[in-house]
Parts: sequence; C-alpha cells; structure tokens
Amino acid sequence: MKQKSLIDVLHDTQEEEEKNYLSRNKMIEIAKTTKISETKVYGVSTFYTMFSVYPRGKHIIRVCRNLSCHLSDAEKIAEKLKEILNVDFGETTEDGEFTLEESSCLGMCSVSPAMTIDDEPFGNLVVENISEILLKVKEGSKK
Amino acid sequence: MKIYRTHILIAEDSKSILEGANEIKKVLVDEIHKKGLQNEISVIPTGSLGFEDIGVAMAVYPEGIVYAPVKVEDVPEIVEEHLLKGRIVKRLVKSWEKGEVTVGVTRPEYIKGSQYRAILRNVGLINPESIEEYIAKEGYVALEKALSMKPEEVVNQIKMSELKGRGGAGFPTGLKWEFTAKAKDPEKYIICNADEGEPGTFKDREIMEGDPHTLLEGMIIAGYAVGSGKAYIYIRGEYTLSIDRLEKAISDAKNYGLLGKNILGTDFSFDIEIKKGAGAYICGEETALLDSIEGKRGEPRKKPPYPPTSGLWNKPTVINNVETLANIPLIIIKGAEWYKSIGVPGTYGTKLFSLMGDINWKGVIEIPFGISLSKIVMDIAGGVAGNRKLKAVVLGGVSGSLIVPDEIDTPVDFNSLAHIEAGPGSGSIVVLDDTRCIVDVAKNIAYFFRHESCGKCTPCRVGTEAMYKIVDKICRGGGVEKDLDILEKLSKDMQLTSFCGLGQAAPNIIVQSIKKFREEWLTHIREKKCPMNICKMDWEEEQYEDVSEH
Repeated sequence: MKQKSLIDVLHDTQEEEEKNYLSRNKMIEIAKTTKISETKVYGVSTFYTMFSVYPRGKHIIRVCRNLSCHLSDAEKIAEKLKEILNVDFGETTEDGEFTLEESSCLGMCSVSPAMTIDDEPFGNLVVENISEILLKVKEGSKK
Repeated sequence: MKIYRTHILIAEDSKSILEGANEIKKVLVDEIHKKGLQNEISVIPTGSLGFEDIGVAMAVYPEGIVYAPVKVEDVPEIVEEHLLKGRIVKRLVKSWEKGEVTVGVTRPEYIKGSQYRAILRNVGLINPESIEEYIAKEGYVALEKALSMKPEEVVNQIKMSELKGRGGAGFPTGLKWEFTAKAKDPEKYIICNADEGEPGTFKDREIMEGDPHTLLEGMIIAGYAVGSGKAYIYIRGEYTLSIDRLEKAISDAKNYGLLGKNILGTDFSFDIEIKKGAGAYICGEETALLDSIEGKRGEPRKKPPYPPTSGLWNKPTVINNVETLANIPLIIIKGAEWYKSIGVPGTYGTKLFSLMGDINWKGVIEIPFGISLSKIVMDIAGGVAGNRKLKAVVLGGVSGSLIVPDEIDTPVDFNSLAHIEAGPGSGSIVVLDDTRCIVDVAKNIAYFFRHESCGKCTPCRVGTEAMYKIVDKICRGGGVEKDLDILEKLSKDMQLTSFCGLGQAAPNIIVQSIKKFREEWLTHIREKKCPMNICKMDWEEEQYEDVSEH
C-alpha cells in the first residue's frame, strides 16, 4: 500500500494552498494528524527548497545559475527577471503573481540557460523573450 | 497487427517538447491524414535521438534518415516530398560529419563508429510509453531468465560482471547486493537513486524518459536477487516528464503481471513506488536520501552501519543509481562474460556522459570504458565550439575534477583517471574554452556548495561559506596572496573532516584550479585584473569581516 511520508503530506498541503506555502496553522495541524512534533514539521518544511513557510506568489519562477547555465549567461537572465518583476530572489511581486527563486541545476543543461515556472520548463532563454514568457504565464492563469 | 511501410520516430523528451515537438507531431499526423497515408505510415513518439542541441528531431525508417531541426512549416514538405513521393528532403537531413550529408547512412551505423549504445539501445527507437514495444525489443526477457535462476545465481552473475556503481563512488554492485542478500531480515528494500542533481548532469533522465521499463526490469531483478518485496524510486520533484513516464510504466507492468503479486506466476512479489524529492542536492547522498524517503530532513547518517545491512527504516537496503540498474537486464540476458568484453580490465561495460559547455555537439552519449577524454571532446562532441582552444574540462560534475589539456589523452576508466586524481563521477563533462575565467568558474561552484550544504557538520557548513567569501573577494579584486594558502588549507580540512561526501568533495575543483591555473588566480590578486574580462573588479574594503581571521 502507498504510505505517505511527511514530505508527501507537505507537498500535497502546499499544492492546495493558493499562496504556495505552508502556513503556521497548517503545520500545527499536520503535526497533530501525523503525530510528529511541531518542531520536526517546521524543520522539514524549512529544509527543502521547494517548500516555503512564507506566502508566495501564484507562480513560482525557479531560475538556474549553476555551472552550465552560468556559462550560457544565466546571470543576465536572472538580472532581467529581477528588473522586470522588481524583486530580488526570494521575494514576491506586488501583485502577488510571481515569486522569484534561484534553483540548483534543473537537469536542463542542454537547453541552458533554463528556468521553470511552476511545473513548466523554459530553456534556451534570451533576455529579449523574458517579458513575453511572463505575460503568457500570467494570462494563461486567468482563463 | 497492422503493418506500416514507414515508421516515423519523433523525439519527445523534455527538451524536444520544449522546442515544440508536440505541435510538430500534431501537424505531421494531420498532414499524413490529408494525403491519405494514415494506413501506410505510423508516427511514434520516442526518447531523445541522442543529439540535444539540434532542435526537434525525427527519424524515418526503414531509410534511417534523420531530419533535424524540424520546424512546423517544414512538415508539409517532408510529407509531400519524402513520404508521398519518396524524395529525401536533403536540406533538412541532419549531417553527422561537418559539411557532409550522409544520406543513406542509418543512425545505428553512424553511432557504431564512436559510441556503444548498450544501455541506451532502445532510447530513440521505441515509444517509451508502450510496454509492448519494450517487450518486442526483448524486454522483460532478462526478468524471466532471472526468475528461473536461484537468487544467489543472479547475485553471482552481477558479481562476476564486476559492474561498478555509476553514481560516482564506483562500489561493486554485486558485492552490495550480496551484503543485503545475506542479511537475515525478512524486510528488505531496493532503492533507485534518481535524484540527479549534480550540476551539468542529465544522463539518468535520458533513460527514464526514453526507456523507463529497462530501469524497472533492473529493479525487479535486484529485488528477486536480494529477497526484497518493495522498492522506491527517489526522484527529483522537478523531473516531471520522468515521473509521468515511470508512473505509466509501473502501471503497465502491473497489468502484465510483471510487477505486483506473483510475478510471471512465481511466488515472487514486488512493488515499486515513486518518491518525489523536494529540492535538496544533499539527498543524492545515499543516507540523506534514506532520511528523506522516511520524511525527515535529508541529512547524512553516520556510517557504518552501511545501507546494505541497515538502511531504510534500519532494514537492509540496496541503493543503486539509475544507470547502474539499467545495466542489469543486459548482464542477465547476455552474461557476465559478454559484459566483460566491453570496456577495459578493472572497468567493464559502458558509461553515459552528458556533454555540455563550449563544444559543438551537446547531449548524452554512451561510450565503452577506456576511450580517451580527448576522443570524447574532440571527436564525439565535435571539438571546441567556434574553433577556440580548450582550456579545461570539468569532469564528473562540480564535485568532480578539473582536467587540463595535458591530461586530456587519459583513458576514461576508474584506474586511469585515478592516476590524475579524477574519476567519471556523476557522468558529466563540461568543456571550458580559452575565453573562460577559472576564478569565475570557481566562484560559481563555491556559491553552489554554500547553498547546498545541509548544515549538519561544521567543516562543511562553515567551510563552504568561508570558501565562497574568499573566492568572491579574489574574484572582485580584494584578494591577497595569503588567501590562496588559506583556501588550500581550508580545503584540506574540509576534505579530511567533513561528515559526508558533499563537504569532502566541495573544494575539489577549487583547489585543483589553484594548482593548475595559479597564474590566473595571481593576476586577479596582484594586478586586480581579470585576464578574460569576466570578473568585475568592484571590491570595496570592509564589505564583510575579514574571513581569513577565522
């Protein structure tokens, strides 16, 4: 039988949450139902980069700056994202649409520089196309 | 069964989908229907065709013509000219050699020249979402054979093949299995480590996206050999296509009685479950991975005890890399002796590498052990891009080693590479040309490890932080010569005293770059100048406390 681990439960909980995060109340609730201590639930929630204990935007942008992407000018892509969104890494845009995060290697080195927005991968990025991609993602979610 | 005169295989791996493969396939099918060819031509999705930077690729069989890159607007022409009239569209044919259109040379013939597609034998040739196609290519024959053997005979075959783990450490797989097989506990586990996170590495994804059943078959055989009834595939949460294909493969295998209760009518039962990671490089370390599957923070455990005797929930556990497990069905079908005919003494079989960086052809290759690094870089990868000069090769990921042109003729196998303090590591090759700054590369690597240190032990937690700060300072023109000595001393301390492989390997490339490119480091320090004009010299005094005091 499928047995859910704490990480599975946290994944599920975070996905249901509109603001893509694990709230204090939810973590306490999880601690109660799983009979795992609150500190441990918090410890796990803050260990993995895919989880957040602070409210985030509707869409999570994960941009890779590791070696392969770095050699393909990922730095410029990161700067452009910061400029357009007017946020730094770890921050959410004012309209609550996007949270910008840095990610470790996404395994998309052959199409570097690369990023993902939510589950969707984007590769061979060029600075000129960034605004268009963001616009499409934003419009796509309104439907 | 319907027989088609022509089969078109279209690559539908992550990167091809990204470049519009789904839409191209749709248009292709529409065009074939328009011409009324739907009963003669079959369109089949497959894994990567082996060259990653060529856009969407499709292969037309029986001719063996590969078209790439294909754009939506090219599709009507291919259908009209090639499929209807039988005339090859030469302008779209992928030429394997520079300036030469090798019309008529089939892909396997080309590939035979320099590569050896054993593990990847089906990738790019079958539909990864069809268990029937895998079975038609002798799929699950190895499982049937294994089940007719005694478990200890299976372990013995693997031992005799001298297969070594492909995750980086190179531990003999057969020995690992034997430890677990001999453990008395009735509850044992098989774990496939699919947490491919080493920067520059994407070879395991090629197997999972292109031929997922090969991995499952290897895992089921492992389970039978050691007496385990349950397995987990621990995979990166970001590998969505791999997860989807593996899930489909597991469910299809269950429907065929190849997985689940009483496999192929025997009393052996086995189940495989996928566990998604949540973003932590450290979980590639096998004991951190165990804690993560158990739902905890992924921090490494004290060894011994080792996982083969005390692993998941303290039960005997075999943990193997994706590529290692993909070797198993072949060894069982063809035997250990056949396996040892590939490669060189001490390192048998083939190795997958993902090729990246400043080269002409990027992508995943499979080579027999023993061919030289220069053959890989200069021949298979088509040499350094833009006819520039080779500066260095980052081999085995950012925790691997830095190879300079003088060492490039070294054969790729465990023993030869050990002589130059290197190893195949994660199976990644990142080529740097002579316009790259080595200090900038070192800084990027130091930044990565600072971010990914799990924080459990002090040498790594503090060491990776200090290392980044010093490299950053030098990179920005604030370094002094003493800093290089400190970096070297710090590296030694980290290598000797870190709790797990992450902290021990984190300084590898940085110290090797100081040893091999000392002049370049010194120019940054003495002249406050980056010879490649990459590092910005914007250091301001007292930006943060002097780390060399610690």
